Order: sequence, then structure tokens, then C-alpha cells
Amino acid sequence: MDYEDIKKGIIKLIKKAETELPDDVITALKRAYEIEEGVAKTQIDAILKNIDLAKKSKRPMCQDTGIQTFFVEIGVDFPHINKLKELITDAVKKATTEIPLRPNTVDPFTGENHRDNTGEHIPYITWDFAKGSDVQITAFPKGGGSENMSKLGMLKPGVGIEGVKDFVVDEMIKAGGNPCPPTIVGVGIGGGADLALKLGKKSLLRPVGNRHRDKTIAAMEKELIKRINDSGIGPMGLGGRTTVLDVHIEVAHRHPASLPVGIAVQCWADRRANMVIHSDGRWVVK
Amino acid sequence: MEYYLKLPVDSKKIKKLHVGDIVYVTGKIFTARDEAHHIMLKKGKNSLSFDPSEMALYHCGPLMTKTNKGWQVVSAGPTTSSRMEIFEDRFIEKYGINIIIGKGGMGEKTKKALQKYTCVYTSYTGGAGVLAADKVEEVLGVCWLDELGMPEAAWIFKVKEFGPLVVAMDSHGESIYRSE
Repeated sequence: MDYEDIKKGIIKLIKKAETELPDDVITALKRAYEIEEGVAKTQIDAILKNIDLAKKSKRPMCQDTGIQTFFVEIGVDFPHINKLKELITDAVKKATTEIPLRPNTVDPFTGENHRDNTGEHIPYITWDFAKGSDVQITAFPKGGGSENMSKLGMLKPGVGIEGVKDFVVDEMIKAGGNPCPPTIVGVGIGGGADLALKLGKKSLLRPVGNRHRDKTIAAMEKELIKRINDSGIGPMGLGGRTTVLDVHIEVAHRHPASLPVGIAVQCWADRRANMVIHSDGRWVVK
Repeated sequence: MEYYLKLPVDSKKIKKLHVGDIVYVTGKIFTARDEAHHIMLKKGKNSLSFDPSEMALYHCGPLMTKTNKGWQVVSAGPTTSSRMEIFEDRFIEKYGINIIIGKGGMGEKTKKALQKYTCVYTSYTGGAGVLAADKVEEVLGVCWLDELGMPEAAWIFKVKEFGPLVVAMDSHGESIYRSE
């Protein structure tokens, strides 16, 4: 097994995420460009030009290259599970100087910069298991401006589903231009406090424009998109029709006494890239 | 209206700017986020190696790289301005800032300071880091890099027609942002 080669693959994965946006996001931004006018249109225009330039010049599209976040699905028959964490962490360190990435991990108390994008619990990796012998890695570098607009509501179950919707809409109106709209909003409903937030974050992995498989939840997503866009906050909070590109909801069963709602916010730079590592060490960045 | 401004600008020109105007600035700008604001408010005005009053203040934590030609900007879009709300009024007063570049808008305290000290808050497209980097002609210097690290240090850039910047809060008490 050529571990150095796999590290190269992970660096390529991070580079792809930082410099190229997925097609679904670009399509949604182009649609926004069509329907916007005035100042709002100038913002989407700058965003589209920036995306194009970043891809061509292979530079990170945003200076906030994020907290390095990965979702990993391990095939239970993959033979090198014990090496994965080390490989990802080393790749992040190397990527920091090679791509380059902004050194974005600081001590929680002193603010001292760790200088290599790693540290206590970082890179932040979510591990899941699947059948088979492949490993699937999604790189999801997460910026601070949008993360700062995350919210957890431990609502009273009596407020019902209408109360959940009002909470999400109110919080996104309060967020205004801060999370770099047009954003993608991930909402986790149910579970406990941590699960609601986790589901919200994980729902952001779904491509923009994809509706939930459950019709009722899909209808709720559409309603929230409309209500938040009707607020008129617009691109960068400067006014306009497009405040969100999408809203994604995921749900879990909850305790009868709790109605947790976790909101995870992603800026327009909805950076995602995927890779597969096969059991023999061959890899593909998609 | 669209304006091409050479820095530094006098207050007469600042007063002409209104919410919704588009501005491009040419000259020197310096970056300052939370930590640089903090340090600069503690330090004596004369102890700095640069003169903020002749520059625009840019809320930005750039991604930089050091080459054999010195520091180069890789990506340098704006950071969220509302974090600086807690000290921006004092900062404007102390350093005579009259153009702020950021994103997302600022609060009531800053709004009042913009009026009192004739200053404008302009918005640059958040996340448009590569576009912004290409408007930087030269990196003139950096302060507190070792103590604060790359994003929080104060970087001094020479820029050419940096923009389009949208005047989002003007010196007449107007704001483009939806009020709560």
C-alpha cells in the first residue's frame, strides 16, 4: 500500500474543494443572476467571475479556506482503516503549504495560531461505516462567517411544525448579510441537541436543488426557501430576491419532551468534493 | 453614481457618497480583524509603523504566500464586519478612518460614528477572494504577523481600482441593510 500516494490523493481532494464549486451550486447561482437586478446582480456577477477565476488559476476561491472538515464512509472490509486518520491529518498539513490554505486553527483560549490547520479534534472527521471495501471521503471545508450563524433551538413541542418553520425563518432574517448570502441552510429536526445540529450540517452534503425523499418534508423545504427569499435580504444582505439557494431538512425521532431544531448555514461557497479509495490503494477524486 | 477615488480622500468627497453608490479605491489599504483592532486600540497612535488615516480600513484576513519576491496575496475577500462592531466607533475616532471595506453590515454604534466622523462603510462581495487579490498591486508590509498569525495580522496593500464597493452605510445616517 502506497500511503504517500493516498496522501497526494487527499491533497488533490482538498484542492478541488477549495478551488472548484460543484455544478449544482454554479447552476443555482446562474439562475440567481438571471432573476436579480441592480446591486444584487452585481454581487452575483462578482461571485460567478470569482468562481471562474479561482478554477482557472487554481487558487482558493475564498480566503477563508475553512476548518478542514471531512465525512468519511468506511467500507468495513477496507484493510487500512487504522491509517486513515493519520493520512487525512498529514494531508491537511501538507495541503496548507502546497495549495496553500490559510492557517485557520487557533488555540481556543490564547488565539495562538497552530499554523498547519490541525489541532485538538481538527481536522474534524465524521466516521460512518458501510458495506464493501471502498472508502468514500467528502471534503467539506467550512468557513467561519456562515458557521457563526448556526443556531440551536430547543423548542417546546407544543409549538408544532409551524413553530419550527418560524424559528428557521426568524433566525435567517436575523443573520442578514453576515453568512455571505445567498446561502444554503441545513435544518436538523428531532433527536437531541447534538444530533439536530449534526443532521443540519450533514443535510448540506445533499446537492443544491435536490428535494427530500419524503414529500411532506420536501414541501416544507420549498416553503422555507420561499419565506426566507421573500424577506428581501438578498445577496450579501444588500437587498434582492435570492437570500438562500436552498434549504435542506433531515429529521430524527425525538424525546416526547423535546423538539430540537439545529440550523447549519453554508455560504454561497458551498465547497464539497468527493474521493474514493479502493482496498488496493488506488484512488479517484470526483 | 459611480466614483473612482484616490486615497486618502477628504471629508468633502466622503459626504458626496450615498447608500447604493459604487466606489473603486486606488491607494493604500490595511487589513484589520478582531485582534488587530484590539492591539491598535491599546497602542499609542504614534507607535505604529504606518499611518491608518491615509488608508482605507479593510475587514479581511487574507490568504498569503511567501515567494522569493516576498509576500503575495492568494485570496483576500472581506470578513464579517459585525464582529468589529464592539470597537469600531472608537477605532474610527482614534485613527481618523473615513472608508471602511467589509461585508454584512455593522450596527448602531458604528452608524452613529460614521455620521459623527464623516466616514462610509462599503461592502465588497463576500467570498470573492481571488477577484480581490487581483486588485492588489503590491504588499507594502505587515504588522504583528508572529503574534497574531496570518489572518489576524495587519497587512498593508497598495491597490488599484479596488471594487466594486457598494456604499452600504453612508455619513448621512443611511443604511442599505434591512433593520430589525
